[in-house]
This record gives sequence, C-alpha cells and structure tokens, in this order.
Amino acid sequence: MCLAVPGRVIRWIDRDPTFAQAEVEFDGVRRTCHMACVADAQEGDYVIVHAGVAISRVDEEQARLTLADLARLGELDESSEPPA
Amino acid sequence: MKHLDEFRDPKLARRLVDEIRRTVSQPRVLMEVCGGQTHSLLRHGIATELNEVVELIHGPGCPVCVTPAEAIDFAQQLALEPNVVLASFGDMLRVPGTSRSLLDVRSRGGHVKIVYSPLDAVDLARHHPDQHVVVFAVGFETTAPTTALAVLQAATLGLKNFSLLVAHVRVLPAMEALMQSPGCRVEGFLAAGHVCTVTGFDEYESFVQRHKTPVAVTGFEPLDLLNGIRECVNQLEANQCEVTNRYARSVRQEGNASAQEIVSQVYEIADTPWRGLGVILKGGYRLHGEFEAFDAALRFETILRRVDDRSNMLTVDEQGSQTGCPAGVCPSDDCRSGEVLRGLIKPVECAAFGTRCTPDSPLGAPMVSAEGACAAYFKYQRTI
Amino acid sequence: MRELIEGTILPRFGHDSELRAPPDAAVLPQVTGNLAFTTDSFVVSPLFFPGGDIGRLAVFGTVNDLAVAGALPLWISLSLIIEEGLPIPVLEHILESAAAAAQEAGAQIVAGDTKVVPAETADGLFVTTSGIGRVLPPPPLGPETLHVGDELIVSGPIGRHGIAILVAREQLGLNPPPETDCACLLDPVQQLRDAELLFGGRCVVRAMRDATRGGVTAVLHEWAQACGQTLSVRESDIPTTPDIRGAAELLGLDPLQIACEGTMLVAVKSGTGKAAVRALRNSSTSRDAAIIGEVKKRGLAPVSIQRALGTEQPLDELSGAMLPRIC
Repeated sequence: MCLAVPGRVIRWIDRDPTFAQAEVEFDGVRRTCHMACVADAQEGDYVIVHAGVAISRVDEEQARLTLADLARLGELDESSEPPA
Repeated sequence: MKHLDEFRDPKLARRLVDEIRRTVSQPRVLMEVCGGQTHSLLRHGIATELNEVVELIHGPGCPVCVTPAEAIDFAQQLALEPNVVLASFGDMLRVPGTSRSLLDVRSRGGHVKIVYSPLDAVDLARHHPDQHVVVFAVGFETTAPTTALAVLQAATLGLKNFSLLVAHVRVLPAMEALMQSPGCRVEGFLAAGHVCTVTGFDEYESFVQRHKTPVAVTGFEPLDLLNGIRECVNQLEANQCEVTNRYARSVRQEGNASAQEIVSQVYEIADTPWRGLGVILKGGYRLHGEFEAFDAALRFETILRRVDDRSNMLTVDEQGSQTGCPAGVCPSDDCRSGEVLRGLIKPVECAAFGTRCTPDSPLGAPMVSAEGACAAYFKYQRTI
Repeated sequence: MRELIEGTILPRFGHDSELRAPPDAAVLPQVTGNLAFTTDSFVVSPLFFPGGDIGRLAVFGTVNDLAVAGALPLWISLSLIIEEGLPIPVLEHILESAAAAAQEAGAQIVAGDTKVVPAETADGLFVTTSGIGRVLPPPPLGPETLHVGDELIVSGPIGRHGIAILVAREQLGLNPPPETDCACLLDPVQQLRDAELLFGGRCVVRAMRDATRGGVTAVLHEWAQACGQTLSVRESDIPTTPDIRGAAELLGLDPLQIACEGTMLVAVKSGTGKAAVRALRNSSTSRDAAIIGEVKKRGLAPVSIQRALGTEQPLDELSGAMLPRIC
C-alpha cells in the first residue's frame, strides 16, 4: 500500500493550512504538493509525498545514521572473516 | 533519486542478506504488512534470497485488494449515472466487483477519471460545476489524510458537487484480527512504514506485549526491508519482542500530528468490512456527521440501496470465518484469496493460481493489483 | 468532403510529377531488389502531446517498422478516420506534421483515404499508415538466430512515450511534462550500416526492433520466444531520463514495460556490442545507446533482470492497461 516518494521542496506557493502548497521536485519532474502535514519544511528539504500530499519531512540525520549503521555492519563483517 | 538510490545499494544489500542468513538458527516466519513492501521484496528478489531461512507471508496491506466488492459495485453504478464523474486511483480500476471492474465500466461509457491525488478531484469539481465528482476514497491511514484534506478544501470552497465514497481501512485492527485467526503462523511483523509515518508506532506497544511478536517499522527500499527483517530475526533469536523503528528517516514515534489532526477532523473510526477478511472491528473510517453532505453513500442512497439489493448475498461474515472467502466476497468458489490475505496459505498453494486465475482474468482481488500477493507471486515467482 | 480532401489534405502532400497519380491509385516506379511492406493503425489520446502528435507518430511508426527490417522507406499511404466536429485547424496541424515527418524520413505520402464518422464514435481522429520500403541487403538475421553470449543494446532512454501520453491524458500535473521519444530510427540504423556492422560477412546485427507497445520487455519476450534462450538485462545499465525516472517512481510504473516510439532494441553477436554502441552514438537519435544485457542459456524464465541484489529475477510482460498505482 501507500506508494510514497521523496522529493525536494523547490518553493512554497501557499501557506494557508487547508490549501498549503509547494512545488516539489522528483528527479527530473516537479509537481505541486499539499504541505499542511509538513508545515515546517524549508525549501531544499526533502519530503515524502503520497497521492499529492507530503506526509513527512525526511530526517537527513536519521537517513545518514541508518546508512552508517549498515555500512558498519559490512566492515565488522569483513574484519570477522578469516583471512583468505 | 536521493533517499531512494542509496537504499538500493547492492553491496550493502548482499551483506545484509549474508548477515540474516548467518543469524537465523531456525526458519522464521515474518509478515510484511504492506503491499508496497511485498512488491519490493519480490521485485528485488529478496524473498528468493532468503528462501529457507525467512518465510515472508504477504499481509493484507493492499487497499485495493481489501476494498469490498459492494463498494466497487456502488462506484461502478455512480460512474454510470448522468453528470457524475468517479475519480479513482489508477490501480483500483482493474479490481473486479461482483461481476466486472471499473475499467469495464469505463469502456462502456462510464465516467471514470484517474487521479494521482484526491485534491485533483477537488479542482475537477471546481472547474466543472455541472458535474458531480465522487472520489473513491480507498487506502490505509497513509491515504486518509489526502481524502480528508479534499473534504476540508471542498467544504471551505462551499462545493456542492463533490463527495466521497469512503472505503478507508486501518491496518492495526487487521493485524490484530490476523493474530487471532486460528492457524496464524506469523512470528514477527514488518510494520508498514508509510502508515506509521502518519500514525506513529505508540499503539504497536500493546500489540507486541499481547502477542509477544516483534514489530519492526520498515520502509520500502531493499536496504530498508532487509534492515527490518534483520531486526525481527535478531529479536526472535534473542527471545525478545519490542517495537523498533527501522524507517527513522520518515517515521517518528508519535507520527505526524498534523496528519492525525486532519484525519480526526473529518473521519471517525468505524467497524468496516474487508474483502476476504470480513468485518473488522474499528477496521476503518467513516465521515463525521458534520461532513455528511460529502458522503456519497447518503447523497446517492437510492443507488446504493439498488446495489445492496442486487448483491445482498454479499453480506460479509463475522471476522474469523474459516471459509476461504466470506460468502460471495470472492467471485468464485475456487478462489482462496481469503486465506492468502490471512497468510494461511501462499498464493501458489491455491489450485486456481496461475491456471484459472491470472492477472488477465483474476478470480480474487489479490491477483488484480500489482501489489496483491497473488499478482506479485505470479509476476515474480511463478518461474522460480 | 471533396472540399476537405482537395482544400485541406492534398495540398499538404506535394507529389513529384512522376508520381502524379490517377485518382484511385498511386502508380509506383519499378524498384530493384526486395520490398518490405508494413501497416499500422494509430489511436492516441490526446492527439497532441509533448514532443509530438498523432501525425508524426503515424508516419514514424511505419517508417521505423521498415527501418528495423533493414529497409529504406519509399512510399507511404495515410488514411484518416475523422470524428465529426474535429476542428479543421487541428486536422491541418496534424497533416502538416505528418508531411514533415515523411519528408524527414525521405519518404513520400502517395495515397490516402478519408472517412468522417459521427461524433462520439471515434476519439477525434484515427490514422492508419502503410509503407513500402526497399530492403538493403542483407536484412538483419532475425531473432531466431540469437545465440548465447549475444549482446543486447537499447538505442536510447526508455519509457518516454508511454509516460508522456499517460501524464498528458490523465492530466497528472507533472512539470515539465515528460516528452515522447517519437523519432525516426533511420539514422541510427544507417550508422550501423556505415560502420559496416549490418552488411555481408561482418554482419553482426541479429535483430532490431522498435520497442513500442509493452516497451522493452515486450520485445525481449518476443525474441526469447523466437530463439528459445533467456534474455537477461541489468537494471542499472538501462538508460532513462531524469523526468521519466521521477515520473515512474511517483506513479509506481516500470519504464521497462512502457512504450517507446523512437527507441529500438538491437541484438548483436557476442563481442561486438561496444562497436555497435559506438556506431549508434554517432546519431543524435541514439546518442545514449547502451549495452543492457546478453543472451544466456535458457533458464526458468524467458526474460530475466538483475536488480538491486544482482540476482536474476523473471521480468514479465505488463498485463492489461498501464495504470498509475497508489499502493
């Protein structure tokens, strides 16, 4: 369920809560998305968009931590392998 | 694309697979709740890679698959009314109702408009005051804010030609029902990352304590999925069970307060029929009384009654029914989609799978949507 | 009707004097060698879409069918089924772009037919084109001759036409609207010829095919069936444009299953992929050509793909209509 894709906020268009809108870029295309659920998102931030509505602001720090955690797993892995 | 590509890294994915295989002391049975996760697991070959060590049961999280046939029949009737346009998400169009799909109805002149967002339907209503636009509001907690916002916009604009056919469902009550169904083999859950983005995961705490099953809030890219699987497996091996968040770049513990506020403004929780599963207590939403002017079921009550009369055999069983499909919910007796949706059998265990039932001529809803467990199996695993 | 034909249609297809035909049939001069003959009907909504329109599409569709058969298009017929009420300027615009496309392909539109049908019985305009071309010997060997080790090439970024049409038809609000790849494939094929990859003893091209309905996946399946082997591609090597990547993610679609209208698949003998890609890249139409996979011994699936984990996964054809997903 729930296909949602991260996109970059290009510019805010409307700040009214019911009609909050920003232009969001998904790789090579942009679309106007509803922003009421991510009112704190700044231009340049990434938001996750489902059916035209941004449902969260991507936490860059958490993204970095997750990847770092996974990369560390790899290192441990290699160091624990017996030498060839 | 940023925040997608990094989480598809083949090298890291390979390491995670190895790590999971090393950790598992006995075969484990996990359920990925969400259809999007099913799609990704099969598309990237993760399910195959973990064959023998982790069995992944595909959960009921495909909203188009669990939308009751009566709701689809009603939508079809609306699309055939003069001056009514039915606005729907694309994948809903293929799903069969009692006898046909919205795609069939459209090819016979029914007014069905594909929308990417329910908010586009508000614009449609605004620009076509002579038409009545009905949004087919399906989907889980992730999608409910989008249709709720559409209602709030329509109310603010004072639109009289806009309504919703509400068939939203809630995922946690369905997980609860699954755990209570006899024969349930699920040892741990990959909770649906985008649902939790909206709802948070506080309410999973008591679920975990009650059922002693680990729950990992999980995203949709290969690394996210493997990370969630690893988390569940680690907990099972250590004899622990807790809720952990493995999709932290999107999900906060408390969820998205604005989205929750929007949903509770417009909807209230209600007992709701699920296709293949029966009525689930608190399993969905209905519009609050103050928004009843936007309720297509009230506005077009006579049409709804006509549909109901015609398909009164479709009344769903109470939850926990042991028949393959609650009476009439599936168009064929051969179809065991109810058991598939409960995780009791794999699609390939159904005799009709791949022979009498294919994506081109589906018997049951999970064969229809690409996210449906049966269609996903047909597409990616038939030849393996 | 006569006014429509004489006033609107005929003036746009200036025949040279030698072909000035009696009203019922074009008389064509003798040609040495084999002829290739093809026909195709075009139904598309909307009639105009970013990067093209039904006129250009109908001409290049037929031209490309000839091109991938190794033929040079000579003559084209163009038949119109017009829905009553189609504005004349719309028709004029479409005819002009058909004429321009034919000129670009070096072919002449020499015959045609026009019917008008009542409103609501056709989607604005249906177009049928047929084409005759001269086969430059020898034509590609054919997909039955595909061998284990042969290399698979795509001539450019995939999935563009189908996404452009879907976004335009359903008004999905993407900006800039994705553009079709609708283009003439004669030049890319000519580049293979010029590099002497398509001729005589050095002929290395086994098969060429424009990846229209069903996209690259459909062609792969057709070839897999013809040769009885497994055609295997690597997702990471398949060229796509940023707008198609973004649109496909948003709408939950796989570019591999989406129609192209100016992009072809080429299968070449083992070890010659790089030379073929170099040749293709000389043409602006195929400047992003890339090797995307190879022919393997038949496994369980006729067509397979390596995605993130690098394992081979079956790649199935799209069943039914292409619809954007919510889930």
